[in-house]
Amino acid sequence: MMQVKVWRGGANGSFQAFEVPRHASQTVLDVVTHIQRVLDPTLAYRFACRVGMCGSCAMTVNGVARWTCRTHIDKAVKNENEITIEPLRNLPVIRDLVTDMREFFDKWAKARGSFQGSRTRHDDFALISSENGNRKEVNKGIECIGCAVCYSACDVVAARPDYLGPAALNRAWTLVKDERDSMAMERLRAVAGDAGCHSCHTHMSCTERCPKGISPTAGIAGLKREIARAVLKGAL
Amino acid sequence: MHSFLWLAQRASAALLALCVVVHLATMVYAVRGGLSAAEILARTQGSLAWLAFYSVFVLAIVVHVPIGLRAVLHEWLKWRGASRDMFLLLFAAVIAWAGMRAVLGVFL
Repeated sequence: MMQVKVWRGGANGSFQAFEVPRHASQTVLDVVTHIQRVLDPTLAYRFACRVGMCGSCAMTVNGVARWTCRTHIDKAVKNENEITIEPLRNLPVIRDLVTDMREFFDKWAKARGSFQGSRTRHDDFALISSENGNRKEVNKGIECIGCAVCYSACDVVAARPDYLGPAALNRAWTLVKDERDSMAMERLRAVAGDAGCHSCHTHMSCTERCPKGISPTAGIAGLKREIARAVLKGAL
Repeated sequence: MHSFLWLAQRASAALLALCVVVHLATMVYAVRGGLSAAEILARTQGSLAWLAFYSVFVLAIVVHVPIGLRAVLHEWLKWRGASRDMFLLLFAAVIAWAGMRAVLGVFL
């Protein structure tokens, strides 16, 4: 049996302790699901795919932001008798393990995180080689599942809540490097400044924690370089 | 404006990296060589090269430090806006005055 402490309530809630049976290959999400299905059906948490694709189930496990469906208990905790599960940090808590992610996704929109092509249905396909240097840069950051683990781990988000955060900036970077996109300058303008990439402290917590192995820090550094070039050319 | 500040901080950091190395190497050399204060002053007084070097050093600090402090004041004290920027301009002026006073002190 494991002793599991789970956050209950909103921002001013408290921990509730549960005893959960230990199984081989058990994930943190398995533990939370066991609590809700067997011990306390009022526990609120969020998940969908269970296979690391949807980005719904991220939580803070023993102080570290993780995707719980792909986090095995034996990897996440050293002492199985002390597991603490909390909602993600830097986001408002709705109830128990569920956070309000609106702010997180609104910042993707603020960072101009949507693709804006210039071709119409009458034009031919844009042919971009997989060997293309810009495309290779895009590939490094494109697998983001929007789980907000990086956002939760970011010290700058904690210090200045208006900061766009690693995920939104990484998204902006993949679009800046997308040769089909036609909005590069507007996007650089949106991510420059105090709420954008210039506030990154390069602590690399996002890179350390990203479950998909993406380095938002590298993308943010790339945005700084592109903005510096644009400023020196007088384009920004 | 913010992008320009960031560029200025990066450029001044590059200058500082060089200046600090030269400054430390000079200090280590002067101390280990057993130079007295009078001997050091004999080398710096009237030396345009040292005047130029330390003036650049002070200028880089005057640019670099207030921009860094700007972020620290925002993130630690939540102080932003015109009052913070006025304080930073004043702070830059104080560093410039103190730094150049020291530089001229060993030049004249």
